[in-house]
Amino acid sequence: MLLFIAFPIVSVVTQSLHTAHDQVIVEVENCGPFGCEKEVTVDQEATRKIREDQPLGKWAGLSVYLDRGHLAFQEVAESWKTRDSLSGFFSAITNLPFYRAMSFTLTFVVVVTPMTIILGFMIAVAVNALNQKLKGFVIFFSLLPMIVTPLIGSLILFWMIDSRGILGNGLQWIFDDPNLSLKASTGLTWIMLMVYGIWHAAPFAFVVFYAGLQTLPQDTLESAMIDGATRWQRIRYVIIPHIMPLVTFVALIQLMDNFRVFEPIVGFSAEAHATSLSWIIFNDLGGETRLLSSAAATSVLTVIGVGILLSPVLVRTWRDFKVKV
Amino acid sequence: MIKKTLMAASLALMASAASTAAYAACDISKGRVNVVGNEFPAIQTIGKGAQACAGDGVEVKTNLTADHQKINVAGMSSNPAEYTSAIVANSSIVALMNEDLIRPLDDFIAKYGKDLKKNQLISIDGKVMAVAFMANAQHLVYRKDILAKAGVEPPKTYEDMLAAAKIIRDKGLMQNPVGGAYAAGWNLAQEFNNMYIGYGGEFFKPGTAEVSINNEQGAAALKMMKDLSGYMNPDFLTHDSNATSAEWKAGNVAIMNMWGSRVGPLKDTEGSSQEVVDNTDIAAPMTVGGGSIPATTLWWDGWTVSKNTSDEDAEATFKAMMNAINPSILGDDEIAKQAVWLIDGYKPTDAAKGVFAAAEMGTKPYPMRPFQGLLHTALGAELPDYMQGKEDAAKTLADVEAAYIAAAKEKGFLK
Amino acid sequence: MAAAAEQKSIGLRVFSSTFVIFWLILAAFPFVWTLWGSFKVELDFFSIADWTNALTGARTEVVYGSPFTGTGYEGAWVKEEFWKAVLNTAIVCFFVVCTSLTIGTLGGYALSRSGFRYTFWLLIIALMFRALPPITLVSGYLLPFFEWNVWGILPTTIIVLVAINQPFTLWMLHSFFQKIPKDLDESAMVDGCTRFQAFRHVIIPVMWPGVITTGLFSFLLAYNDFAVTTMLLAKENQTMVPKIASFLGTTQTEGNVMFAVASVVSATAPLFVLVMFFQRQIVSGLTAGAVKG
Repeated sequence: MLLFIAFPIVSVVTQSLHTAHDQVIVEVENCGPFGCEKEVTVDQEATRKIREDQPLGKWAGLSVYLDRGHLAFQEVAESWKTRDSLSGFFSAITNLPFYRAMSFTLTFVVVVTPMTIILGFMIAVAVNALNQKLKGFVIFFSLLPMIVTPLIGSLILFWMIDSRGILGNGLQWIFDDPNLSLKASTGLTWIMLMVYGIWHAAPFAFVVFYAGLQTLPQDTLESAMIDGATRWQRIRYVIIPHIMPLVTFVALIQLMDNFRVFEPIVGFSAEAHATSLSWIIFNDLGGETRLLSSAAATSVLTVIGVGILLSPVLVRTWRDFKVKV
Repeated sequence: MIKKTLMAASLALMASAASTAAYAACDISKGRVNVVGNEFPAIQTIGKGAQACAGDGVEVKTNLTADHQKINVAGMSSNPAEYTSAIVANSSIVALMNEDLIRPLDDFIAKYGKDLKKNQLISIDGKVMAVAFMANAQHLVYRKDILAKAGVEPPKTYEDMLAAAKIIRDKGLMQNPVGGAYAAGWNLAQEFNNMYIGYGGEFFKPGTAEVSINNEQGAAALKMMKDLSGYMNPDFLTHDSNATSAEWKAGNVAIMNMWGSRVGPLKDTEGSSQEVVDNTDIAAPMTVGGGSIPATTLWWDGWTVSKNTSDEDAEATFKAMMNAINPSILGDDEIAKQAVWLIDGYKPTDAAKGVFAAAEMGTKPYPMRPFQGLLHTALGAELPDYMQGKEDAAKTLADVEAAYIAAAKEKGFLK
Repeated sequence: MAAAAEQKSIGLRVFSSTFVIFWLILAAFPFVWTLWGSFKVELDFFSIADWTNALTGARTEVVYGSPFTGTGYEGAWVKEEFWKAVLNTAIVCFFVVCTSLTIGTLGGYALSRSGFRYTFWLLIIALMFRALPPITLVSGYLLPFFEWNVWGILPTTIIVLVAINQPFTLWMLHSFFQKIPKDLDESAMVDGCTRFQAFRHVIIPVMWPGVITTGLFSFLLAYNDFAVTTMLLAKENQTMVPKIASFLGTTQTEGNVMFAVASVVSATAPLFVLVMFFQRQIVSGLTAGAVKG
């Protein structure tokens, strides 16, 4: 079990520390249906020997991590030296793929995670107050955003928010702006992706919180009422503390998933305006020539990023563990 | 109804007769054939043709999927290879060449492939590495009625296209008359490649992997793309060729540069109105900047044979694939319409005239360079900044070069 | 007495009901829209010409003489043999849920009863693994799978999905078992039961709610997965999601989007049945405190 989990981690880290061997290229003549041309190609004879000696590839150390596609220390230092203003420096930084992806990813994480939790909680409280018979029906429909395959879900939404789709048209009508297009501006695209993110994840938070509400200690609630607590005070001092562990759990999962945001970007074809680390990996692996080392390095950076985000939660769990021991 | 059933039955009979005949024609006694390739009707026809060779001691399998490029390298790297043949295009053959996964076919051709036309053979350094069976290119698609109302001829150059678009908009015929697959990523990069070639640019310094696109032609190509985008739907950066075709069918677009392989479906009434169907016409690709070479690229699809496989299996694969591209398949009208075939005896249909015109005008094929794909990816990721007006052309092109250099270093093409 | 706690002012009740209705519309609208649109032609469904076409089916009427058509369903199910994909999905889901729950319950129980520090680190590694984007994992798996000749078949995919899912299952069930008082099984062991007997006779009867909830999330993962199934399954073994994706077409060729839309609707129907069937267990499972950070 451990092996099965550890092996991929080790192989990804190894891959990220190696690059392909130097390729010997030669000029040759290529012919095809459309005539002949002078073109270069890889000299396999010359390259084979090097490959067989070092099957993992050329040892590269951290150089992949530091190149322009990733942390880009050199480029960052360069633009710091030549900066004319702080905002100029930041716009130079966000022109680099990694930092551009991070600026969207972090905004997404910071906005979507709390909003999901709040919305999920509100739905849970409202559904909990419903008539018993209605509940099953409401629960099913509430789960739909999570159930419908994201790939297709976002494609359907993509056309609904088109300037001629029902939602796009509706927004134009509301804002009284016939030229409003969600997909053409960076700001609106970000908002759209975040709204989708909240919509998609809210059911998860809802189900967990709704369940938590079922176990509310009725006697505490009653004594709070006898003490004259208002509804708001009861939510604040009884309900919220009770479901706090669930909030931590949802936050943990959501932080991790939101940090890896990917499907909406592809589904909405939003890569011109917003990218994420997972999208960079997808792009590296999706080209005609696949960049395995680059993708591996980005994956390791993703894991480190998740680790930093989750560190408060992890420290807490560690303390719990020590208490238990 | 009865007539239909009878016809279907007789067709089925004929098909089975054909497949037995094909089985005999394959002349394979033993071997394993497994083909990986993209998924569209023409390739499915090839897959079926290869499968017709299955029989006693001969196993033929196919795996045709849009993700073929993600699995073919891994699937041919193992020894023996899972796939004995991969169907590739001029852009994707380099991934197999770079890893040394396909074998020269000269011996097989000398023995079993005498009937192949010279122009079907894809040779690299004098060795035949693939056999092409169909061609494709992007070319002009236009609406006859709209252009007639605007009083303009179908554009021959991109400058004409801009002028025509202006007239159509000014006359109030259409708000955004120009279409184009300008979605950020592969599509946008491809449009840049087209335009850059049209302006006569060279992507690399000859004989090296050193990129050189930050030049006059690069800037001119970007400027033209930006000008065109002014006449496109404002969401153009999200419109891939699927979305662009949908726009066309909805009658929102009057002129566009589109794949020849997509012309057939554009004329399908199920998706669009009679008016659009009747008035959709195609023409040769456009030139740009006074150049004579069209601003587009030619593509071929062909099959290869795996290197990491036994000679017996390789021979079986070659024969099975030869059977799949047997000229007799063109006897079926449906099949003849599926693609611009390079197979002997193909008579160009009306939908093929754009691709043929492209070939006649001396259009360049998409380059089979080991590192062209890296540049393509870099272009796709960096160009949107310019298209959105966030950067000037020189800065964007410098970014593309920097992104390419980082990738090429990782792949060992640059030191 | 509980009823008294639930009493609320009319204003609040109206607000709360309005909110639920608002949320229901938000949650269900795209799906209902899809259901309605799945009986139209593509141009109407995406309403590229005008959004009202999606409601009235103007183009569908022109083509088929009626604003509704079943061609999408017919194409997907009959022509493209979507039922095969449904069958494959059923197999994958069944085995993924069973395997990951078995490992999850045993492992989660063992971890929750073990005081060793390494259990913490084990959970951390599991979490790290979950943080890796699946697409990287899969591209790393590809070559060995081809070497061992196990690529393209359902069991391989099931194992990979179980592995990807396991950290979540383990973590969730671990927290769940921690909430079951230790005294319960320890007293059974004092009475002469072995550890395993204690698990069988004492823990199993009380663990179902947590297991069912975890099972639901495992099921959804296996059901909705795209990254793994699309890369690891051969065409003839494809599950529903990659099959649906393959209807969408590629750069150079046109797909058939309405097949995809009809398939999405078909794919959601069994989930409806499932949720209706299990809804009480889902909720009571979470109720029992299955989850804790």
